[in-house]
Amino acid sequence: MRTDRELTFEDVLRYAGAHEAQATFEAQETLLTVGRTERPEPTGSTDPDAPSACGCGGACGREDAGAGGEVGSSALDKRVDRRNALRMLFGAAAIGSQVASACTPLSGATEAEREAKLLEWEEYFKGHFKLMTAEEKAATIRRLERLTELRKGVSVGISSTDAQPGVVFGYAFNISKCQGYRNCVDACVSENNQDRNSRMQYIRIFEMEDGVVDLDHADATFQHEVPAEGHFYLGTQCFQCANPPCVPVCPVQATWQEPDGIVVVDYDWCIGCRYCLAACPYWARRFNWGPPEVPAEELNPRQHYLGNRLRKKGVVEKCTFCIQRSRAGRLPACAEACPTGARVFGNLLDPDSEIRWVLENKNVFRLKQDLNTEPRFWYFTD
Amino acid sequence: MHLKAFLLNALDSATSGGRRYHVWMGTLTLVMLVGAYAYWVQLRDGLQVTGMTDHVSWGLYISNFTFLVGLAAAAVMLVLPAYILEDVDFSRAVLVAEGVAVSALSMCLAFVVVDIGNPLASWHLAPLLGLLNFPRSLLAWDVVVLNVYLALNLAIPLYILYNHYAGRTVEKSSYLPFMYLSVFWAVSIHMVTAFLLAGLPARPFWNSALLGPRFLASAFTAGPAFMILLLGLIRSETAYEIRDDTIQKLALITVVAAQINLIMLGSELFYKFYFPTEHSINAEYLFFGIDGHNALVPWVWTAIGMNLLATAILTAHPLRRNLKWLMPACLVLFIAIWIEKGLGLVIPGFVPSPLGEIVEYVPTWVELSVTAGIFAMGLFILTVLVRVALPIEMGHARSPYIVHEQPSARERARQRRDRRSRPAEQP
Repeated sequence: MRTDRELTFEDVLRYAGAHEAQATFEAQETLLTVGRTERPEPTGSTDPDAPSACGCGGACGREDAGAGGEVGSSALDKRVDRRNALRMLFGAAAIGSQVASACTPLSGATEAEREAKLLEWEEYFKGHFKLMTAEEKAATIRRLERLTELRKGVSVGISSTDAQPGVVFGYAFNISKCQGYRNCVDACVSENNQDRNSRMQYIRIFEMEDGVVDLDHADATFQHEVPAEGHFYLGTQCFQCANPPCVPVCPVQATWQEPDGIVVVDYDWCIGCRYCLAACPYWARRFNWGPPEVPAEELNPRQHYLGNRLRKKGVVEKCTFCIQRSRAGRLPACAEACPTGARVFGNLLDPDSEIRWVLENKNVFRLKQDLNTEPRFWYFTD
Repeated sequence: MHLKAFLLNALDSATSGGRRYHVWMGTLTLVMLVGAYAYWVQLRDGLQVTGMTDHVSWGLYISNFTFLVGLAAAAVMLVLPAYILEDVDFSRAVLVAEGVAVSALSMCLAFVVVDIGNPLASWHLAPLLGLLNFPRSLLAWDVVVLNVYLALNLAIPLYILYNHYAGRTVEKSSYLPFMYLSVFWAVSIHMVTAFLLAGLPARPFWNSALLGPRFLASAFTAGPAFMILLLGLIRSETAYEIRDDTIQKLALITVVAAQINLIMLGSELFYKFYFPTEHSINAEYLFFGIDGHNALVPWVWTAIGMNLLATAILTAHPLRRNLKWLMPACLVLFIAIWIEKGLGLVIPGFVPSPLGEIVEYVPTWVELSVTAGIFAMGLFILTVLVRVALPIEMGHARSPYIVHEQPSARERARQRRDRRSRPAEQP
């Protein structure tokens, strides 16, 4: 049913004369039936760093009306599914608006900006990650990598590695060892490319008085030398619950639990309703209230589609146990960064793993067990 | 050909009026424009321009949404007796009530749209194109039930009005099944919206079996109270006849619902405060404040005071029967429910956070402007609907293409007298 999806829209762009560089798609003979119009040379600067002079954000093209007209007619001849039809309809409309803006003599968008806009346009119509074919996944990853290169000048690699069979991740946190240094918090932020403007952090370290675990009287915003006398520290993050309340509430299935237990978000499918933020009993989810900003020199280029790839304004994100690392056999950044050894991470299905040793030999507890969320995150003491 | 005339007539009714009418519509348009500008700012910069945070992730928009779902649902209080129980008193008011439902639903949908962070992705909700998480997500349920309710409340009155306009008799059997459906649906939109909140064990403030019934009780307080105010206005501004006993019957519904609502509020307070537990902390924040964090305390006590006062006035028969008391009491009650169910219900669910952190919420100018703009839009829609419907219902507006004679003045008078069914022209 989804056959020809990429092909058809690429054609739309190609007819518009806007996307020649990437026209490596099959069935190109259909193009021969459509006369193509010469595209005038760009009038503006070709320096990739030059700002768009026309103020259109680089969206404006210089195609003439003939090209736009042919898009509509040729597109109608093809076998398309519903989403594809929508995509072409809007595609034609967008090209029409580009045609309209072509009258502006100073449309000085650079090639890079134009390419980025068109890639974003294609990204807009892609489907849900879980419903994509392998080719579609490869195509969107190519686009996202190219977009990061165009926007940030950084070459990144985005993986879509699946969960490995026989692996369910679990985490244990030693409240006797944690000293509140918060190295984990910093490591998490830089590993996961979190928004620096809002200082988004997945991990919270609560300082509590010795004696009792009481989050209501804990302080997560302490700014003093640690460890403080008479206090202990307890860290929270997403617990990757086995029965996650945040998942069923999503109205568009943009968040789900992977077979290895990690609860992930498809950032491009999320509509930003924040129902999952309300549903999480552990306050583990975060929202991009503004456009997220990560300086290019701090960008972590080793990314995962469901993990630390760049997010956008108005979508939800969360801790994924560093899916880009854990699925590659590495520790999450927080566990690796901890100088006290308070953090234990591993495969719950591996009887020889350290996490299994902790669960079998320590007195462990979980937060809010009465809610039946079954967190895969335990606390223990020495 | 009736249709073209109908639409032209509607346009004419909506755009012509006296100076006060134009000032009113002009003011609403101005407020809508300010709201549109604020929404543009929000689209450009993201929801960071609002007062919402990761701690208080829903604010003024969703508060108004929950309140207005109630207002929309309350139209059923008029529909039920007017169409099904054949209570003739209400038949003249019911079209107005359906107009209120349509306008409230438009505002509900607008508040949801302005609240979502990535509105360009909202096609992911669309059937067939997207991936609606039905029936698991209560928000998906809400999307479905609200849109169907909107369709019902648009289709039924339009069908009736159009046929009246074209001079045809409307057979009751042709729309009665849909009326039954819409009565059922009105209850469902409100219960689904309550379940949306009540289904979250993470938020003990909402996670209560009483939330759904409380929603209904408060809706059936605020809804008819608003209808009384609106019908009073229509009666004083137009020649459309609304009889006293219609208003009195509405007042009775209002006061009974207000009393039930107060009982439920008392029950909630007892449950939270007789033996306070960890789960009472949000209520503690709402009613008393925690460690100097008390942004909502004045609001909620104002609301409770107004609620008690208005309910007391309406409970006293002589006062309720006196329009000089009834109208202000309804206004006070309406505002009280708006505070109680809007600000007083959604926001304390988030403060303190599930991990005990207290971050307060104060709406920004963007949220206030967008909210005002959406309310102006709702009033604009309501005004237009009422403007179009009344001349047709009064028999002033009729299709020029009707071939049969208009009923005589005597005939019309007879219909007004017995009004066994909706006023319909005899061939």
